[in-house]
Amino acid sequence: MLAHNGIMIIFTLLVALVATIMPLPLSVDAFRPDWVLVVLLYWSLALPSRVNVITAWFMGFLLDVLLGSILGIHAAAMALCVYIVVGNFQKIRNFSLWQQALIVGVVSALYHLLVFWSQRLLTDVVFLPSYLYPVLTTIVLWPWAFLLLRKIRRHFSIK
Amino acid sequence: MNPIFKHGPSAQHRLVLVLFCSALLIFFDHKMNSFEFIRGYLQSMVSPLQYIASTPKQAIDWAVENIATRRQLIEENQQLKSNELIFKEQAMQLEIIKQENERLRALLASPVRKDAKKMVAEIISVDTDPYSHQVVINRGANDGIFEGQPVIAEKGIVGQVLHVGTISSRVILITDVTQSIPVRIKRNGVRLLANGTGTIDRLTHNFVPHTTDIKEGDLLVTSGLGGKFPEGYPVAEVRAVRTDESRPFAQVQSKPTADIDRLRYMLLLWPEKPTSIFSSKEDLAEPEGDNNAGS
Repeated sequence: MLAHNGIMIIFTLLVALVATIMPLPLSVDAFRPDWVLVVLLYWSLALPSRVNVITAWFMGFLLDVLLGSILGIHAAAMALCVYIVVGNFQKIRNFSLWQQALIVGVVSALYHLLVFWSQRLLTDVVFLPSYLYPVLTTIVLWPWAFLLLRKIRRHFSIK
Repeated sequence: MNPIFKHGPSAQHRLVLVLFCSALLIFFDHKMNSFEFIRGYLQSMVSPLQYIASTPKQAIDWAVENIATRRQLIEENQQLKSNELIFKEQAMQLEIIKQENERLRALLASPVRKDAKKMVAEIISVDTDPYSHQVVINRGANDGIFEGQPVIAEKGIVGQVLHVGTISSRVILITDVTQSIPVRIKRNGVRLLANGTGTIDRLTHNFVPHTTDIKEGDLLVTSGLGGKFPEGYPVAEVRAVRTDESRPFAQVQSKPTADIDRLRYMLLLWPEKPTSIFSSKEDLAEPEGDNNAGS
């Protein structure tokens, strides 16, 4: 993991975790993009041999601990989403940036629904449309995150 | 990287492995609660991240506190002075009432209430998970925090401590879906149960008969039943009572009195020792040892 500047991968993932738990006003909070998912998806598209399902599961597990949810829920959802993307990374790589953004949006929606479904099975939560607001901001975030992370990858020549 | 010749187990095997791990974790965490102990360690492990994440907010708070104009400070000072006057006057009355109450309780041979130990805590992070209402505070096992400890803010009950880390712990709020708190109506003492709804400004009350004397604006205070929360702290104010005779029970909704979405400082309480009304005179005579107020 640490060879070829792999520490930068871990660093970007930690920054994404911090951005996920940063306190924000309640009105903005509903639109918080899925930072961890976006960063994970970028690395799994760029370096599928290094960042894969296991990494995604660990990040999801950390998210579970940080968010105080039932352990394993975010981990499973994250792993499943990354599995789907890693399975098709050669196709998705060839799409244009905006097409990629839409695909990331679909994956993010799946992620939120997976989390909701598992919560629904375990406790009596009720679905609110606001649970899917982050999908919109995630779509907007993807191109910028993609360009920034590509710059980081090239600058530090992470292989 | 070499996508043609893969090393290690295939992606499917990995997925099956991690999903199996997740299923195990969910089962043991949710159904068996066997992670209560480990959660504390995990909480301590990730608390640096939480401190980093709350730095920008604290910097802004610091800036707001330090870059205040002279006029604002003077206004605030005057406001505080007038408040202090009012509170002092109330404190004097309270002292008299306290003495009177103690005398009456002594006459009834019921135990005299003691001041509980308290500690101020500051919120360092709020959960972004929409499915649960939790906050993280800057007090942990080092400060003597324990699981299930009641937490209040200046206007009422906020919640209870869920997991304790070394230097930070997690508080679950009363509005969380999984939380219920025994309350009574302050006006007439009718007992109810306040259930969280997952919405920040609403609690519901199930199984309230149509004939119950409850109306909008009633203040609900903790009843102290169940032994988790001390008695008499405000919890919520009744907002809506719908008595639809076609339904088996009246539908009652209330709003928490504490500003759950605007919390910054909270107070942790150490509950008094459980006392019974049939306690003997010897119990009353025990010296007041543990009523030192914390910082």
